[in-house]
Amino acid sequence: MKRIILQYEQVDLILTRLAHQLVENHSDFSNTALLALQPRGTLLSQALLQKLKSLFNIEVNYGTLDTTFHRDDFRRSDKPLVPNEVNIDFDIEGKRIILIDDVLYTGRSIRAALDAVNDYGRPDSIELVTLINRKYRREVPIQPDYVGEEIDSRVDDYVKVDWEEKNCKVWIITDNT
Amino acid sequence: MSALSTNHLLGIQNITSQDIKLILDTADSFKEVINRPIKKVPSLRDVTIANVFFENSTRTKISFELAEKRLSADVVNFSSSSSSVKKGETLIDTVNNILAMKVDMVVMRHPAPGAHQFLARHIDANIINAGDGTHEHPTQALLDAYSLRAELGDLTDKKIVIVGDILHSRVALSNIYCLQKMGAKVRVCGPPTLLPKYIGSLGVEVSNDLRESLEWCDAANMLRIQLERQEDKYFPSLREYSTQYGVTLPMLKSLKKEIVLMHPGPINRGVEITSEVADSDQSIILNQVENGVAARMAVLYLLANHK
Repeated sequence: MKRIILQYEQVDLILTRLAHQLVENHSDFSNTALLALQPRGTLLSQALLQKLKSLFNIEVNYGTLDTTFHRDDFRRSDKPLVPNEVNIDFDIEGKRIILIDDVLYTGRSIRAALDAVNDYGRPDSIELVTLINRKYRREVPIQPDYVGEEIDSRVDDYVKVDWEEKNCKVWIITDNT
Repeated sequence: MSALSTNHLLGIQNITSQDIKLILDTADSFKEVINRPIKKVPSLRDVTIANVFFENSTRTKISFELAEKRLSADVVNFSSSSSSVKKGETLIDTVNNILAMKVDMVVMRHPAPGAHQFLARHIDANIINAGDGTHEHPTQALLDAYSLRAELGDLTDKKIVIVGDILHSRVALSNIYCLQKMGAKVRVCGPPTLLPKYIGSLGVEVSNDLRESLEWCDAANMLRIQLERQEDKYFPSLREYSTQYGVTLPMLKSLKKEIVLMHPGPINRGVEITSEVADSDQSIILNQVENGVAARMAVLYLLANHK
């Protein structure tokens, strides 16, 4: 069974709120950079960048981070782990980094991302933005700093974020039906 | 998402064009990794790799070792000169002894063509061919193809000439297979004595005219004259060879278009190419060396994932 839990209008409101919260803590973003987690965090971060630009006219240092080589399930799952592109054209050393991903669940990809960021230098601080925070199944002690929506879901559910410009929806897909 | 079609890299002949594409695409990611401030990722931290070299090698061995270390694998090195091979141990026994110490992958160079195929049938580990006699040297072909793709883009219908000692060259054979699987047109060029008799049956063009071949091609791969493998005289003298088949800077500049020059190394400066050519803008010899580490990381990573 598929059920929509967030419509575009709600996602848009959430993005506006997140943009305000980020500006509250980072003011003009002069020493801050956004790092989107490949592959799905890039879409959320594009939407956030647009918000920051349209609401506050702020241009932010932006890069994409791939965590494939730092994942802890290499050789443990049958699925091959195919890497994505990394694009970081600024120096991370001393920056305040904001990691962006669409769904936070077990927390393992964020753990891998924390390792991956360190390969590029020592940031001043690292924060985490997530559109959906799925509770009750965290496997590592990681919590988000900015949350779009908290969701209670069962283990065999699947939460999917469809990014289609003005048609963004968040689905919850219940198994086997 | 895709995976390799094989557990071993025995030769380019045994892998598909999708495999080649996957390896080269993955190498892109590793090229980014080796240009980071911290050039190391933890992917293979629970993998042990044995580098078993029954033949001398400097750059291939260093390149593999760096690739392994940058993937955080544990590495053991073995060379035949300091081993029980000298005491008469067989290949299977030697490798099984190494594997009994819980090694997951074996990177091997061996003078006998087909040694890797033989080994793959008898032992349980991922085997990577780092050169078997005059047969194949697949990772060299992959790094050559990767370097060429970076220079020329998609290789479909691109023209590549391989010049020199085709007869003794494992690089030539692997390159021919690899480039053809990527859709390129391949020609071999050299003195008749250094071209195998039936090389044309692989679907390559054959030429003895260097000048005309350079005009034809988009890129030229200048092979090293392998003096150590030549028991007979294949040409009167090195000087005569270099006059007929050596590339000089004036020759390169007089061509109608700018071509890319490669060399798998080690270079005999002044024989296959002059020093000015080796150090010119058109030569990508050092890029090849850098790309070698990235391409080998990709091969190790993808094979390790293929369990």
